[in-house]
Amino acid sequence: MTAIAGIGIDAGSTTCKAVAVDPSGAVVATALEQALPRIADQTAAMLDGLRSAHDVAPGARCVATGYGRRLVECADRRVTEITCHARGVFDDLGRAGTLVDIGGQDSKVIRIGPDGRPADFVMNDKCAAGTGRFLEYTAGRLGLDVADLGGRVAAPGSEEQITSTCTVFAESEIISLLARGAEVDAILKGLHRSLTVRLVAMVRTVGWEPPLMMSGGVARNAGVRAMIGEALDTEVIVPEHPQLTGAHGAALLALEG
Amino acid sequence: MTMGHRLRLGAGSAALRVQRWRAERRYDRRAPDPGSPLNPPLRSTIRMREMMSRHYLAGRSVSGSRPVAWVTSGAPTEILKALGYHLVYPENHAALCGARRRAEALSSAAEDAGYSRDLCSYARTDLGSLLSGDTPVGSLPPPDLLLCCTNICQTVLYWYRVLADHFGCPLVLVDTPFLYGDAAEPHQVDFVRRQLEDMVPAAEAAAGREFSLDGFTAVVARAKQASDLWLEILERARHRPSPLTAFDSFVNLGPIVDLRGDQATVAFYESLLAELDERIARGVGAVKDERLRVLWDNLPIWYRIGPLSRWLAERGVNVVASTYTHAWGELAEMMDPAEPFEAMARVYLHPILNRSTGHKLAAMRRMVEEFSIDGVILHSDRSCKPYSLGQIDQRDRLVADVGVPALLLEADHNDPRSYAEEQATTRLEAFVEMMS
Repeated sequence: MTAIAGIGIDAGSTTCKAVAVDPSGAVVATALEQALPRIADQTAAMLDGLRSAHDVAPGARCVATGYGRRLVECADRRVTEITCHARGVFDDLGRAGTLVDIGGQDSKVIRIGPDGRPADFVMNDKCAAGTGRFLEYTAGRLGLDVADLGGRVAAPGSEEQITSTCTVFAESEIISLLARGAEVDAILKGLHRSLTVRLVAMVRTVGWEPPLMMSGGVARNAGVRAMIGEALDTEVIVPEHPQLTGAHGAALLALEG
Repeated sequence: MTMGHRLRLGAGSAALRVQRWRAERRYDRRAPDPGSPLNPPLRSTIRMREMMSRHYLAGRSVSGSRPVAWVTSGAPTEILKALGYHLVYPENHAALCGARRRAEALSSAAEDAGYSRDLCSYARTDLGSLLSGDTPVGSLPPPDLLLCCTNICQTVLYWYRVLADHFGCPLVLVDTPFLYGDAAEPHQVDFVRRQLEDMVPAAEAAAGREFSLDGFTAVVARAKQASDLWLEILERARHRPSPLTAFDSFVNLGPIVDLRGDQATVAFYESLLAELDERIARGVGAVKDERLRVLWDNLPIWYRIGPLSRWLAERGVNVVASTYTHAWGELAEMMDPAEPFEAMARVYLHPILNRSTGHKLAAMRRMVEEFSIDGVILHSDRSCKPYSLGQIDQRDRLVADVGVPALLLEADHNDPRSYAEEQATTRLEAFVEMMS
């Protein structure tokens, strides 16, 4: 079994991720858990788990990213999600492009330069409406599981218009639409559209260049992927494990020292 | 002024001088701080603090002996200086409250009285201070005259109407048409010049003094000298490493705004310039390991100046220049004591905030070149809408056309409730990584 040479820990707001790579950058092991309040303990336990299950090369390094990165005690270096996501995606793509990362509490668009480093980025400001939380919250209001949303939205059917992109106000709109007898799937489509409109505006802000990639938990949502691709008239590429992109990038950065 | 007032002022003034001497002695004897990413702050700042404290101290006993005017930061104060007015700048007072972390409580006092939280935080801080009587400077003298110039924003118009109603004193309004083109048209200069001439009788009446053209000319000459010096000081940041940071300039801005036209202000900036030249000669930068040079757009975040300056310095970043501090130097060349009314009409028409967003973009592009800038931070200031308007496009153009990384940082110049530390830090960290 190949020894671990670099570990990336992404302590996000909703989930905590770890990726271990060998000296060539190939993924050796991954872990993903719901984020717990005690970030330091959780990340230490995740690292212990990786180390006990795999050989670790002498001098292996660890890079921490995500909101909780400062609490990852064993990290040799702390790097922002922007740089880590860019690095992770660049490894997947092998060339410059644009990444849309929609996490639990924030969303970001990163234009990746030819060297694999971020050339420009934009993040949503002080608003949950462009994030995974928006879908989670509104799905909850409709009594649905967030994992089921994408499939329902991707299916053909009518669409209601949700004018607001504020999470709280969107709930009021849902209530009004339900009271008028609107279909749940049509409301869902409208909600996804309003999220997409917001994200597409962010994509345009960074002077995006194809190919367009998506990462973060919401990248698993087929409805959002389809709507973004349609709005920008491009194919949306999603890595095999979109939630692990940041941790993967952090692990690759760990190899660099 | 009564004898008691005179004695108190004399004693206070002497105490400030002793305080400065002590601070300077401590500065000269200080041990080096190897752990700090910054070299020692500018020694001249100690003298600036004394000047500003002396000004606020004088204000506490000025009523009755000198006329008092409250003025906006872009107001044509040289006319009032020539009439011997003591000037109070509510915006500077609000910034001082912000830097001393008093703005939140004062803003709340204004909000409790019904003022919207969407109102500029300078206005809220100052109105809160007025309503509660709370101020870190002891007290502010009530105005005999209010002078409001619309060249910085329209909020001041409503703010000063509130002040006029509160104090029951005359309000002089100088209306400066917004400049969409490259420079003011002759009819616009004429329009403002006539307003400046018209304000003289009102200012004379409120002061009970007679205006002297010679006096006005002399004040304009000193204002020009100080503004020239201020621009020279800012331009010293072109050196690598820069002997000063924009945070130093923010802090030392007080005299050029509040005490422009005084001889002491000219002398102060001469000494500050000499200190910078001495630093340049020794090769001493403000940031010990200056690797990245940044341009700042918009007002500072007053309540985060120290921590932000240090945080950036720890990463080898020096914010070397800002469009905001340049605003008080770049118009010096327009000041002409030979034609004071005409010249000052031009000066007060051309502040960056009274000009198009394209003009500001051009100014930033020039500064990127002149100051060898690696990145631009555009502070999107919730409180200063005229300054923040256009920043999204300006940012995009800087990135696309100039090829310089640029960050839009959401905050507020005086209200810490509109500043999210974690969000700001994440963006700043990513921005620094991008530049590195």
